[in-house]
Amino acid sequence: MPERKPILSVRDVKVHFQVKSSNAWPWTPKKTLKAVDGVSFDLYAGETLGVVGESGCGKSTLARAILNLHPAKSGEIVWMGRDLRQGTDKDWLAVRRDIQMIFQDPLASLNPRMNIGQIIGEPLRVHRPELSGTEVDKRVRAMMAKVGLREQMINRYPHEFSGGQCQRIGIARALILEPKLIICDEPVSALDVSIQAQIINLLKDLQREMGLALIFIAHDLAVVKHISDRILVMYLGREMELAEKHALYDAPSHPYTRALLSAIPIPDPKLEKNKQIQILQGDLPSPMNPPSGCVFRTRCPLAEAQCAGERPALRRLSADTQSSCLLA
Amino acid sequence: MLRSKQKAAAEAIAANVGAVAVDGRSPWRDARERFFRNKAAVLSLVILTLITLACVFGPMLLPHSYEDTDWDAMSMAPTLLNSHYFGTDELGRDLLVRCLIGGRISLMVGLMATIASVTIGIVWGATAGFLGGKVDTLMMRIVDMMYAVPYLLIAILMVTLLGREFYLVVLTITVFSWMDMARVVRGQTLSIKSKEYIEAARAIGVSTGSIIFRHVVPNLLGIVVIYTTVTVPGVILTESVLSFLGLGVQEPMTSWGVLIEDGTGVMETTPWILLFPAAMLSITLYCANYIGDGMRDALDPKDR
Amino acid sequence: MSLLQVKNLGVQFQTPDGYVYAVNGVNFELEKGQTLGIVGESGSGKSQSVLAMMGLLAKNGKASGEALYNGQNLLTMSPKQLNGIRGDRVSMIFQDPMTSLNPYLTVERQMTEVLQLHKNMTRREAKKRAIELLEAVRIPEAARRIDMYPHEFSGGMRQRVMIAMALLCEPEVLIADEPTTALDVTVQAQILSLLKDLQRDFGTAIIMITHDLGVVAGLCEKVMVMYGGRVMEYGKSDDLFYNPTHPYTIGLLGALPRLDHDGDTLVSIPGNPPNMAHMPKGCPFSERCAHANAHCVEVLPALEAAGNQTSMLRACHKSVAELQIIKEKAYA
Repeated sequence: MPERKPILSVRDVKVHFQVKSSNAWPWTPKKTLKAVDGVSFDLYAGETLGVVGESGCGKSTLARAILNLHPAKSGEIVWMGRDLRQGTDKDWLAVRRDIQMIFQDPLASLNPRMNIGQIIGEPLRVHRPELSGTEVDKRVRAMMAKVGLREQMINRYPHEFSGGQCQRIGIARALILEPKLIICDEPVSALDVSIQAQIINLLKDLQREMGLALIFIAHDLAVVKHISDRILVMYLGREMELAEKHALYDAPSHPYTRALLSAIPIPDPKLEKNKQIQILQGDLPSPMNPPSGCVFRTRCPLAEAQCAGERPALRRLSADTQSSCLLA
Repeated sequence: MLRSKQKAAAEAIAANVGAVAVDGRSPWRDARERFFRNKAAVLSLVILTLITLACVFGPMLLPHSYEDTDWDAMSMAPTLLNSHYFGTDELGRDLLVRCLIGGRISLMVGLMATIASVTIGIVWGATAGFLGGKVDTLMMRIVDMMYAVPYLLIAILMVTLLGREFYLVVLTITVFSWMDMARVVRGQTLSIKSKEYIEAARAIGVSTGSIIFRHVVPNLLGIVVIYTTVTVPGVILTESVLSFLGLGVQEPMTSWGVLIEDGTGVMETTPWILLFPAAMLSITLYCANYIGDGMRDALDPKDR
Repeated sequence: MSLLQVKNLGVQFQTPDGYVYAVNGVNFELEKGQTLGIVGESGSGKSQSVLAMMGLLAKNGKASGEALYNGQNLLTMSPKQLNGIRGDRVSMIFQDPMTSLNPYLTVERQMTEVLQLHKNMTRREAKKRAIELLEAVRIPEAARRIDMYPHEFSGGMRQRVMIAMALLCEPEVLIADEPTTALDVTVQAQILSLLKDLQRDFGTAIIMITHDLGVVAGLCEKVMVMYGGRVMEYGKSDDLFYNPTHPYTIGLLGALPRLDHDGDTLVSIPGNPPNMAHMPKGCPFSERCAHANAHCVEVLPALEAAGNQTSMLRACHKSVAELQIIKEKAYA
């Protein structure tokens, strides 16, 4: 197999926020919240990378760091051979044409005072100002048809649509510039099950048709399984496991992945009632003051003394699996 | 039978029209429809329009002027005679014309001071909200300081130094009524700034200027309209208070506040001199408040 | 006699655009210690049906029908009578625990208040009992934590406090309205296993309202599937999951991404969620059903026993055999 070149490489990216501590004086130094603390991965053209983790694991912040919505503090984000963190505003404008985003709350991500045509056409107006009004209109209509929206709806406003339709509008807006990568931040978690399946299928079809790469962020491992080729599991701002899909589900290498997998309810009474659930003890530690060493060790059923030592990095266990567990 | 035929025809037309884009219901259109469904607000709007029209054109149509004395009728009760429909005051001046002229001044002060304070408030609040950080803190502290200044004291000072002038009344009121709007607009700007659609626009690469004018400002307008409609009665009332205390416009020019002040002195003998301007002021304030309520119900996004 | 018997329950809301019928003709029975799952998507009326039973509908809502708790109709009770039952014999936990805990009172105050009111306990006895229950829901250091305020607990911990509060008076029925929807999966697993253990120890009957079929599969003996304010299918959990007879249930199970097998594409249900203000005259699901015909749109199907399976009730004009044939044709 010829060596593939990644379109996006993320190397040791850190995003830290300064948080004012409560009851503090105005001059008290602020605390540091390490939302993302050293994440690395590669993404190849046409591939889907699932990013999974529970709330507060930094998965959404990671997505926003790639798009410079929350600038990364350190590390490299290399897009098509160029480090974005060194980029000027002009470079960024070019990059934004290639990387688009879909948001979690379908209605909140659409400006309530703009109609659908204006919303979907906005990226064209920003990046292709030379296009005439009729050309923009034509492209918007074509894109609406593609994502399964009736063209007659072009003058309607977001509040007249259901959640699933709003998410289709969001997808149309993301696709109209024909980007190479779409970052989907929990695109289906606000939707009903029957609508979820529509959106997942739509994304898969469009990906096949347009050769898109996807970063698909979700908290639900079952959803991620259906759409991803590889999956990155995060916990408290750190990578736990990065593995090819089947390897991850068949033989999870990290105890956190195992706990996460066993916690998902299966819609099959016999399986579900007899399943061994590995219940995680205790609560998520504060990201202001994460445990030393492996961040998962305070809740890990296997933790040993060595886990408290140095912070483990991802290491390759096999061709398909990278894990940060020292005991794997 | 006929009805079913009509229905079939309508459906056929609808099917043909299907290909044409359906008109969207913009949030503004929705709000307008909701407002016009609110009977109290619509009635108030009609009454307020009538009062305004009467104040503007009434004095031209009536035979009396606001400053001439009718020597045959001093302190006369309301009557159809001599067309003194509201009666006259103790100087024999026609009360109806004076009420209308006073209304001109009161409404004019209300309008001008509202426009001025709303403009200052929006610019101040939006700037603080957009820029955030230290600028925001400084600007909002200034607003806090303004609240602490006793406005009556300053008003008395200004009138004693500069005399009783129309523009001074407007100025005084403006200086002390823009802060509410500034606070509201700042809060709204901050909340819009954190909305997902602003993030979406940034991810697309929309420039900061376009984000402000295409995404933030249109979403600010609703709250601005609501607040403007509730500012108007407040400002009119403040003008009346100033006039009542003798800090308003100079005689023989008048306003509702001045007329009410005149009336209170003689309310035991000739009560109509108090009652008519007081009624007009109350009706105007009630109407403005009802319209404000209607606007709030129509535009409040929580209702959607 | 059943512990809880709901007959022809309906909920209407008065809106500026006329009446909206959020729930229509819901019937079910709940025996002691049983678990019933009510499954549905947004707008299915699953929450409104139980809120109606608890007298917690919004001001413009009105309930009809009967909800008999030990033979007494909850819907026609005076607020005073209802308060005697609510929180004592029948209690409820909600999706967002923060909305039902008072942020200005300590957990101790809120828990003892209930016991003082319903059980005439002294404050000291009540506190002892409250600590026992917090321990039962596995809150570490319960005796110390009981004096904390709700915001000092994490999300999962708060939900456990809610469950402890709901169990204070040892209710016979616990109604859980999407209790784990706002929680992470690992926390959800904690809460669900807790509910199972508590049911075993206290013998409480549970009504579990959720949109997640997986949650229902692990917990419930009977399941009711709702759509557009009506019951689509009602029966034993095993029957419903392994032999669903209603097109909506079949669709819902097909649309679910699953960990346990490797389907490539999900079978989605076309169309949009129901608009409660404009429901079709007939079957509410007819707009989105692949098997629907004109009859389905016009005539409402009754909830009837499904062919030979007498324990299963379904509301569909097509017979089970008919659906099977259509399904086989589609896959052939």
